[in-house]
Amino acid sequence: MSDTSINTRVSEGDASFGDYFALLKPRVMSLVVFTALVGLLAAPQPVHPLLAFASVLFIAIGGGASGALNMWWDADIDRIMSRTQSRPIPAGKIAEQEAFAFGAFLSVFAVVMLGLASNWVAAGLLAFTIFFYVVVYSMWLKRSTPQNIVIGGAAGALPPMIGWAVATGGVSVESVLMFTLIFMWTPPHFWALALFMKSDYRDAGVPMLTVTHGRKATRRHILIYTILLAPIAIGAGFTAIGGPVYLATSILLNLGFLKGAYNIWQRDEAEAEADDYKVEKSVFKFSLLYLFAHFVAILVEKFLAVYGMGGWA
Amino acid sequence: MSLNQVEHELHSRRKNRNVGLGLVLGAFVLLVMGMTYVKLTAQNAEMAAQRAAEQAAAEASVQSGASD
Repeated sequence: MSDTSINTRVSEGDASFGDYFALLKPRVMSLVVFTALVGLLAAPQPVHPLLAFASVLFIAIGGGASGALNMWWDADIDRIMSRTQSRPIPAGKIAEQEAFAFGAFLSVFAVVMLGLASNWVAAGLLAFTIFFYVVVYSMWLKRSTPQNIVIGGAAGALPPMIGWAVATGGVSVESVLMFTLIFMWTPPHFWALALFMKSDYRDAGVPMLTVTHGRKATRRHILIYTILLAPIAIGAGFTAIGGPVYLATSILLNLGFLKGAYNIWQRDEAEAEADDYKVEKSVFKFSLLYLFAHFVAILVEKFLAVYGMGGWA
Repeated sequence: MSLNQVEHELHSRRKNRNVGLGLVLGAFVLLVMGMTYVKLTAQNAEMAAQRAAEQAAAEASVQSGASD
């Protein structure tokens, strides 16, 4: 390099607005927004539209802040896994300390603002979600146990409970059922992904079930959790958030998910390698539709109720 | 030529970040204003309803006293 040459590399501190936004894990945030909104709208008490908008926004910011703290903590393994190498910290756009400061500030900001916009039960649940995702999942479970996804899934399952608490100021059977639905859905969803993203987790030393117990055990676990999920998902149809539309949707989706999980269990690695994990990939995609459609069905029941047709009444 | 391009690239990144932050802060101010208005309006309506109920109760007790 000559004395007159100029460093044209984008250095840390030169991040654009989009890089900071990427730190908030926008795709995860969209799931948080959607499920929190359904929780809020499904609740029996109405909320002023502006306060509902502000509450969901602060829940999303809180979820995004925990994502930024997760990226700060996991920067070392994000540099190894191909799926995460383009994230702002491994890409060298944002410094680790800056990501930590950004995440920590937004966490406090989101909790305080949610408390002011709605109530302190909802704010407390948001604070617990951030704590659970960052400390319990990212710092503790993720690198120490193959059950990381099972227990860590609680963080992703809390947003509908927060949405419900925004409207009601408390917790009820319905909001716990929405939590349980996402909680039980998370393991088969992520294990299906782990089956076809195999080298990533192994290279990074993350003890996913596929790495610690093998792929045959993972396939069995997917089937077991899908069987356990079905009665919870269908059972919610008989509560205040359910109704005929939800029940019919849930039965169809659970039959589809069970069939997919059974197919995964039936296959061995040779078959999966031969068709490039076609079944595993399709079950993973179906699991996304499964969760989305369940929450849409809850919303449909709520809107039908406005015209006297929703629920079992 | 290349020097200008490098400066332009860095400046555009920083400008993008600053404009984004400015818009976010502006939107936050508007949101807090809106939230304050909604909360105060609801509180005022609640207080007015409470005052009306108290007044009605007082009038009712005066009337029952007069009839005695």
